[in-house]
Amino acid sequence: MRDVAIIGVGCTEFGELWDKSFRELFVEAGVSAIEDANVQGGKIDALYVGNMSGGRFIEQEHLGSLIADYSGLASLHIPSTRVEAACASGGLALRQGIIAVASGYHDIVIAGGAEKMTDVGVETTTDALAAAADREWEGIMGATFPGLYAMIARLHMHKYGTKQEQLAAVAVKNHHNGTMNPKAQFQNEISIETVLNSVMVADPLRVFDCSPITDGASAVVLAPAEIAHKFTDTPVYVKASAQASGTLSLHDRPDITTLDATVAAANRAYKMAKTTPKDIDFAEVHDCFTIAEICAIEDLGFVKKGEGGAATESGMTALGGKIPINPSGGLKACGHPVGATGVKQAVEITLQLRGEAGKRQIEGAEIGLTHNVGGSGGTAVVHIFGRDR
Amino acid sequence: MSVPRFWRRLKNLYNLIGTRCEKCGGFYYPPRNMCPKCRRNGVIVPFKYKGTGEVVTFTIVHSAAKDYSMLTPYILAIIKLDEGPRLTSQVICDPSEVHIGMKVKSAFRKLGEESDRGMIYYGTKFIPLEK
Amino acid sequence: MSVGIVSYGVYIPRYRIKVEEIAKVWGANANSIIDGLMVYEKSVPDMDEDTITIAVEAARNAINRAGINPEKIEALYTGSESHPYAVKPSSTVVAEAVGATPDLTLADFEFACKAGTAAIQTCMGMVDSDMIELGMAIGSDVSQGAPGDALEYTAAAGGVAYIIGKKNQVAKIESTYSFTTDTPDFWRREGMPYPEHGGRFTGEPGYFKHVTSAAQGLMKRMGTKPSDYDYAVFHQPNGKFPTRVAKMLGFTNEQIKPGLVVPRLGNTYSGSCMMGLAATLDIAKPDDRIFMTSFGSGAGSDAFSFEVTDKIEEIRNGAPSVEKLLANPVYINYATYARHKGKIKL
Repeated sequence: MRDVAIIGVGCTEFGELWDKSFRELFVEAGVSAIEDANVQGGKIDALYVGNMSGGRFIEQEHLGSLIADYSGLASLHIPSTRVEAACASGGLALRQGIIAVASGYHDIVIAGGAEKMTDVGVETTTDALAAAADREWEGIMGATFPGLYAMIARLHMHKYGTKQEQLAAVAVKNHHNGTMNPKAQFQNEISIETVLNSVMVADPLRVFDCSPITDGASAVVLAPAEIAHKFTDTPVYVKASAQASGTLSLHDRPDITTLDATVAAANRAYKMAKTTPKDIDFAEVHDCFTIAEICAIEDLGFVKKGEGGAATESGMTALGGKIPINPSGGLKACGHPVGATGVKQAVEITLQLRGEAGKRQIEGAEIGLTHNVGGSGGTAVVHIFGRDR
Repeated sequence: MSVPRFWRRLKNLYNLIGTRCEKCGGFYYPPRNMCPKCRRNGVIVPFKYKGTGEVVTFTIVHSAAKDYSMLTPYILAIIKLDEGPRLTSQVICDPSEVHIGMKVKSAFRKLGEESDRGMIYYGTKFIPLEK
Repeated sequence: MSVGIVSYGVYIPRYRIKVEEIAKVWGANANSIIDGLMVYEKSVPDMDEDTITIAVEAARNAINRAGINPEKIEALYTGSESHPYAVKPSSTVVAEAVGATPDLTLADFEFACKAGTAAIQTCMGMVDSDMIELGMAIGSDVSQGAPGDALEYTAAAGGVAYIIGKKNQVAKIESTYSFTTDTPDFWRREGMPYPEHGGRFTGEPGYFKHVTSAAQGLMKRMGTKPSDYDYAVFHQPNGKFPTRVAKMLGFTNEQIKPGLVVPRLGNTYSGSCMMGLAATLDIAKPDDRIFMTSFGSGAGSDAFSFEVTDKIEEIRNGAPSVEKLLANPVYINYATYARHKGKIKL
């Protein structure tokens, strides 16, 4: 296996992008990644596209071909593959790209993700997202995604004494980080009261506990580590790429407050990178809901199980804290264009490790981790990146 | 869900008929046709659950998908059946009454319908077990 | 005749709306309506309840009450005037949900408020002829009253199931007699949400003529008189009609009292007098005799004579009584009622 590096990154702004279509979004992200990598389009060997639900959101499948075509690569006939694992589609597309380069099958690979979520009404969006859960045994009973995470939150509060204010602290922190990210959907500060007084979605989760509905795309260019320096002075190296599966349904999870797929993927990643949670300087984690970030920092081993709420409240995960979490603003403030999210996390890590993250720059960051989750925890993808090989 | 897809699950949904593995004694609801413990060595047979259990966790859904918006706010819960397996369903009671550990029993209710012209889906929800 | 009731089960949704609450919406005088109808409140189905779910709960209670093996039920008929499907049986869902499928015959019945008693008679014939061992007859409704119409004060929801057989009877059916004419006092056309009715025409030429004719016809055939019975139950569209018809026939208020459930329940249509019979069986003693006459608009009446057996004591507590299901209701306002009844269209 070859070592792999990210040699270029690109990302559209995230938000309700009424005047941009799915294909335009992906092309925009892809082009900026290629320009960033200083690669000619003809050098690209393969494309991987993370997307959850083109079929429901834009009534379009066969996205691999669409993206290759509109990227101007149809005449080169390069392989282009759509990758799907619900909200982990982006992280998984990245992982497929990494595997392709590591294996020696391809050299220059674009791994991207895109979702266009605002072309349909919110009820359709809710239902399409609910397809990430078990349609036959959760969806038919009226389960929604906020509903499933709300049940995790309820039990976490019951078992560990986690408080609503601690959930809210995740949103407040991520909104603060978002103010420093010009691409974020929300760039405004909020207070604990903003969250606690917002509309209830699925008790105890309120609107401000939830990531928004977002359009956006992101892409990275991958290359073998040994030739990365030909393209960039600041390659970011993939130290680990790990993926794990768990039960599709939340009710079948051994411990409802633990995403055991996250634990498994993280353990594999730490082993592969020869690191421990203590070595991670910062992380982009899957905060589709505030409770999800609390579970993530526990399941990734940054804090003990049950202490995620208190750790967040203490400022441990803020910029300048012991381990900054979601410097980009996370899914909560940056936005969550489902298929793009997992790739956007890698874009943020790259910017941070290169020292190009602007006002939200974490000084001296050497090792960063991304954590991308599909559904209520049926799939988890963890990557570890470093400035050094 | 489409009519054939619902129809295949109808006996499970109406009467809490799941499966169990005769090899390891594992209970499965929702039903599984492959035992996750014994896998190919398992012996899976149908099993009818009594329909009593307790609330493991719950939420009150205020914002629902289209087919369920007439029901809001409704209680969505994970129920642990007395025989062991857990499932997702609704609990029918005042939202102020529901709590973790609440004892419940099955009730026959409408799950949803495909518009005024379409098929009506029935199945099992849960109500508080009287003391 | 050697057939009888082997078990019975009832179901009443837990929600109620008071007559005052409905009267308030229409600017009507609640007291005069209560006096006129002798109904104080009526049951309202939950948003996810309908004729089928109510029939299933009643049927399961009937099966559980006497520990019946559902596979022995070889015929099942659900009587209702609010079947959720115009075409597709309610009874198939019920049979599947009680575990009676697939070796049985079934169909849905409709005869306004007497479809349930017609189902009892059908089962009686099939059991008596040894065509089947056990038959289940259900009356279940989530009845409709147009907003502001007099029916809105009484149109309630509930269901009752009787299992008819030869062995292990809790009440022997001594005889039955029906009286039927074509009298259009009440109807609902296909596809229409609410029924129409003939106002006071539903009284003399409808209810009173048919109930008295069927009741007198049965007593004449059997050679019995009102004083031979411990209890009597008549169809209960309101409290006034059954009280008056009892008096006309020579029954006393004491005889009809245990079965007069309408003041606290409303009219459960196909379940109406079957509910009154269930409430009477809940308190009856062995050897008690019960007289019952249903009424269905359109119009017809089925009269029955029952004699309770020793077995009643054994199965009485196997399922909830009518009194238990009437107790501890949850009162709702008109807005919630309108939501529950689907009067608010999205």
